[in-house]
Amino acid sequence: MSDKTTSLTELYRQTVLNHSRNPHNCRRPANWDREAEGHNALCGDKVHVYLGMRGQALADVSYEASGCAISLASASMMSDAVAGKTESAARQTIDDFIGDLSGLQPGKLEGELAALGGVRDYPSRIRCATLPWQTLRAALDAVQETVTTE
Amino acid sequence: MNSNATTLTSGAAALAGGLDVEAIRQDFPILHQQINGYPLAYLDSAASTQRPVQVIDAIRRYYTHDHANVHRGVHTLSHRATDIYEGARETTRRFINARSTREIVFTRGTTEAINLVAATLGQRLGAGDEILISAMEHHSNIVPWQMLCEQRGTILRVVPINDRGELLLDEFEKLIGKRTRLVAITHVSNALGTVNPVQQIVASAHARGIPVLIDGAQAIAHQAVDVQAMDCDFYAFSGHKMCGPTGIGVLYGRESLLETLPPWQGGGDMILTVSFSGTTYNELPYRLEAGTPHIAGAAGLGAAIDYLQKIGMEDIARHEADLLAYASQALGEVPGLRLVGTAAHKAGVASFNIDGIHPHDIGTVLDQHGVAIRAGHHCAMPVMERYGIPGTARASFAFYNTRTEIDQMVGALRLAIRMFA
Ligand SMILES: Cc1ncc(COP(=O)(O)O)c(C=O)c1O
Repeated sequence: MSDKTTSLTELYRQTVLNHSRNPHNCRRPANWDREAEGHNALCGDKVHVYLGMRGQALADVSYEASGCAISLASASMMSDAVAGKTESAARQTIDDFIGDLSGLQPGKLEGELAALGGVRDYPSRIRCATLPWQTLRAALDAVQETVTTE
Repeated sequence: MNSNATTLTSGAAALAGGLDVEAIRQDFPILHQQINGYPLAYLDSAASTQRPVQVIDAIRRYYTHDHANVHRGVHTLSHRATDIYEGARETTRRFINARSTREIVFTRGTTEAINLVAATLGQRLGAGDEILISAMEHHSNIVPWQMLCEQRGTILRVVPINDRGELLLDEFEKLIGKRTRLVAITHVSNALGTVNPVQQIVASAHARGIPVLIDGAQAIAHQAVDVQAMDCDFYAFSGHKMCGPTGIGVLYGRESLLETLPPWQGGGDMILTVSFSGTTYNELPYRLEAGTPHIAGAAGLGAAIDYLQKIGMEDIARHEADLLAYASQALGEVPGLRLVGTAAHKAGVASFNIDGIHPHDIGTVLDQHGVAIRAGHHCAMPVMERYGIPGTARASFAFYNTRTEIDQMVGALRLAIRMFA
């Protein structure tokens, strides 16, 4: 039993659990410049990413999400990791994250993001972790007019 | 609904319903394996059941000794294959007490059976005609009708359910009307476990001259089904949910109604003569079975039915009722756990949510403890919408399950709660 408990605690590390319980930047902002919605049809996870741009920088990164602990923690950590970055730096972070979890370029996860590395051993959960990032990339790809909630 | 409800004490030794479950389990090779270091507890039979060696052997025997194409050859193997295929049809007829093998159409499964009815009977429908379904249908008994509505302007009406997951029969009576052309309702809900009063529904529809299709996917392996007693016009089910192979299923259709249906797919087997000046169609049920059928699937399905009948549908129903009562009680004692679907008349399905833990995470933790359940919307997204939840964790039971496996699940759930608390 201890083996499996260890393996589960690798997936659900304390950092991951903390983020999933209290996700950072989880809100719908009053204004945003770009947005995208992501949906995982298999398990029903949903995430809606909102970006406030200042020049080339991602000044405000927020989202609304409903999903499992892995997808919530991943969205929360992502919003911390890319906030303030330029668009090209953010795209690099996205590529590194997805590349790492998909096994293409392991060892790319830095800082808190490394806590999500346990997902690699759970193939059915990788999509939970990558969904927010794919949605962020879609938001960056789709340059839109400013949308407000007014 | 369960006579053993007062004696649900012991976890391990359950010979409830008179089944020798340990002996039965010996017939299922797949059940004897370790998953992530634990004995497999397979509690996902609503998604698909497992197969006994009797079914696996029947398929192996067919391919090893008897395979050829059916209904065509003059040679011995073709005769044997035809006998096996048509024998399975007769076995199926007896199992559901249809009047004639002309009423047993082999399909790929429940989904294809429902689509067959939508594509054929549907051709008679027009703008303003109504089809009545329920709020607890599987996507396969929703989407074919929605497609028909798009094509023909037909209108889909939906009978609501109450918080326990029971069909609101007074609403049914209000919604069924002059424009209703078909009632299509599930016998047992895969997401909630609700057993619907199909006999009453059929009687009410027939009083107005309206035919009824019953989705039997979740009922067929869990209780005795008698289509004459039920008096339904169509009954659809899948081999893989009754210990048979994937890729084979059945559409039962009342002969007088099947006869009025136009041909569905065209091709070999469904014709009598083909000429460029005109083609004549075969008789039932072949008219609705174009092309070389899933002969091995039928062989396996026949063996599965023989196996279920040897165990006995009454005993199966009693054992599963005991498992459901035991599980409902054990799950009810888990803090923060809420059962979704608490109908008075339920089959062996326990859908639930736990405060603060997403179903997907529950599924992963259980899998790490050898327990296979399903997590998600169970192909019934309107049901999840009705309850305002993204999904549930769902344990579902078959006659080869034990109380020990339920204990294993509940133990792992308590661990999950400690982890996520
Ligand atoms: C109630 C119900 N109807 C229909 C189906 C579809 O069955 P199949 O996928 O075998 O066609 C299922 C399977 O999950 C079901 O549970």
